[in-house]
Amino acid sequence: MSAATALAERPPTVAAQGLRSHLDWLEAEAIFILREVAGECENPALLFSGGKDSAVLLRLAEKAFRPARFPFPLLHIDTGHNFPEVITFRDQRAHELGERLIVRKVEDSIRRGTVRLRHPLQSRNTAQSVTLLEAVSEFAFDAAIGGARRDEEKARAKERVFSFRDQFGQWDPRNQRPELWDIYNPRIHAGEHVRVFPISNWTELDIWQYIAREHIELPSIYYAHDREVVSRGGMLHPVTELTPPRAGEAIETRRVRFRTVGDITCTCPVASNAANPAEILAETASATVSERGATRADDQTSDASMERRKREGYF
Amino acid sequence: MSRLAEIERDALRARAADGEAGVLRFITAGSVDDGKSTLIGRLLHDTRQILADQLAAVSRASQKRGHDDVDLSLLTDGLEAEREQGITIDVAYRYFATARRKFIIADTPGHEQYTRNMVTGASTADAAVILADAEKGLLPQSRRHLCIASLLGIRHIVVAVNKMDRVAYAQSVFESIRADFSAFAQRLGLKNVQYVPVSALRGDMVVDRGDALGWHAGPTLLEILESIEPGRGDTSQPLRFPVQLVQRTGRGRAYLGRLQSGRVSAGDTVVAFPSGRRVRVSGVHVHAGELDEAQAGDSVALTLGEEIDLARGDLIAGVEDAPRLVQQFDATLVWLSAEPLVKGAGYLLKSGTRTVRARVSAFGEQIDVQTLEARPAAARIALNDILRVTITAQQPLALDAYRVNRAGGAFILIDEVSNQTVAGGMVA
Repeated sequence: MSAATALAERPPTVAAQGLRSHLDWLEAEAIFILREVAGECENPALLFSGGKDSAVLLRLAEKAFRPARFPFPLLHIDTGHNFPEVITFRDQRAHELGERLIVRKVEDSIRRGTVRLRHPLQSRNTAQSVTLLEAVSEFAFDAAIGGARRDEEKARAKERVFSFRDQFGQWDPRNQRPELWDIYNPRIHAGEHVRVFPISNWTELDIWQYIAREHIELPSIYYAHDREVVSRGGMLHPVTELTPPRAGEAIETRRVRFRTVGDITCTCPVASNAANPAEILAETASATVSERGATRADDQTSDASMERRKREGYF
Repeated sequence: MSRLAEIERDALRARAADGEAGVLRFITAGSVDDGKSTLIGRLLHDTRQILADQLAAVSRASQKRGHDDVDLSLLTDGLEAEREQGITIDVAYRYFATARRKFIIADTPGHEQYTRNMVTGASTADAAVILADAEKGLLPQSRRHLCIASLLGIRHIVVAVNKMDRVAYAQSVFESIRADFSAFAQRLGLKNVQYVPVSALRGDMVVDRGDALGWHAGPTLLEILESIEPGRGDTSQPLRFPVQLVQRTGRGRAYLGRLQSGRVSAGDTVVAFPSGRRVRVSGVHVHAGELDEAQAGDSVALTLGEEIDLARGDLIAGVEDAPRLVQQFDATLVWLSAEPLVKGAGYLLKSGTRTVRARVSAFGEQIDVQTLEARPAAARIALNDILRVTITAQQPLALDAYRVNRAGGAFILIDEVSNQTVAGGMVA
């Protein structure tokens, strides 16, 4: 039993007079950051993938701006390697909110020749950066709001809340702007942009606690379901058209859920019976493997793989 | 589970039932040699935040470097460049939670660009954990850490005397280091300084008490951190509400923002800056509905009894202890840029949500970061220098003295050409 479990087991609290929970604090900070983007940037966009972190971002944006419309469109960089449930959820959510959704596809970058792959089924996680930068330039976005968290990976731990990107969309980890108090500096020259991370200070546990407290809807594959998988290298790989079993591999049907929903070719589910946020919280609090470690085949390649991708403009 | 662990667990549960204590942000100051990374690794490990794959990666890396034990410091060394050099070069943020509260650590490096990074980490911190090496005691860099903590107005300071295992856990060593720190802290006027002997390597008195430091009756480092009350000071201060956005809604104009300090309720009379107009608050709104009262840290929308001219960058403040509306003021600057400060040159000054053109119109004394003593300013103000200055702004600003109200007296300077943040400033 870990200390984190005790925190997870506590029922969600409503802010009483004079008492603010850690979720209240995180929420207030994120709303402040979203409003700073709206106040300081000319033409921002919010990256919405249909994943849980960006679903949380949308709820925070509602809290920051409703009853008015969002001061930015939603932008999805579509790898083409999607779980259909996630795309359905993405479209439904944008429709319910009545907000504009822009979709730009890695497929189109491949057609243009700006993305080249070694083989057609290669993971498109890295290629997304190219399509994202093309979209930033097409719409002249000066800020891209994302749901990245500092606890996800070591290289993210030093990311600023307002994180500067040069004309090539590059992040220079050795030369970041100092970020003091809550006074953010989003100033850029033409062609540059900032990435803004309102939930920088949230952990995976915070995200699930907030999803539970706010009853935030998610794509169904975040919850336990039966799925055809193969066991490979200690992970369960989903069997889909894009990810067929290899010769000699036995397909089995297992009760699983996804902890992240990235590129289908490199996102693996975990065995689980958790069918709702409360059950996931109990599992998360007692998890023995980190979110990315458990589910992202591409992060396993090297201890420093995320940092390299980020320098190249990856989210 | 051991009996002790059960007792601890029950104690955690009991406190959790009392209500959770929100978020505590703290910095850790110290160098690699003080065992700072090991201490953070120990906090994360012993509060069970480290998962199997992360521990396995660290253990592989430890073996590669020829360590026998798992080197916990490797848990926090983030960037590739750092791992190669074995040092921490930038502020990194770490997270852990106990049943009591969530913690955000700003892990600030100990070598190059030290002042810049520690000032950055300290600016958002409620508390500072300053490491001392039991074998070395109060070093010049310890003085620097205390000075920066004092300068940035950190309210709670914990001196962790680490590596007690290297001095045979001797109480006399701890007491003598405590006396040295205490004398210096007193000179700086620091209150709320607590001391704890620890061994990050062995885990004594960090999260678990261990059995080597039985002579120390005080709380463990984690217990100290769990008991600090972060936000109290801000809520008891007068209201400061910088307007972020103005929204037209069915109920008239709403002013969106986050309370930097104080409280506000419907019916309160407030004063708007820079206009100086007094106006009544008609409602405090959040997405879910209306609040009886908002307090420091809350993001809300305010509606007012009458429509007045109020825009982003303006400030709504309490009528009592209102801020000063000034165009010229004295401040302490921490210079953060490799480009030197140019007297008379134009910079952008951002304070709260207000950005104005400003210049540094006069240099005062320079502050020694190891003593906080003043001496004549150098001809060239360079990276990491701390300087008293006079600032002249193009438009008036509503400001507080930083010592009285941190948020109301903090600002940054931005170079208009490079867009870099070149200084952090604190209003005198």
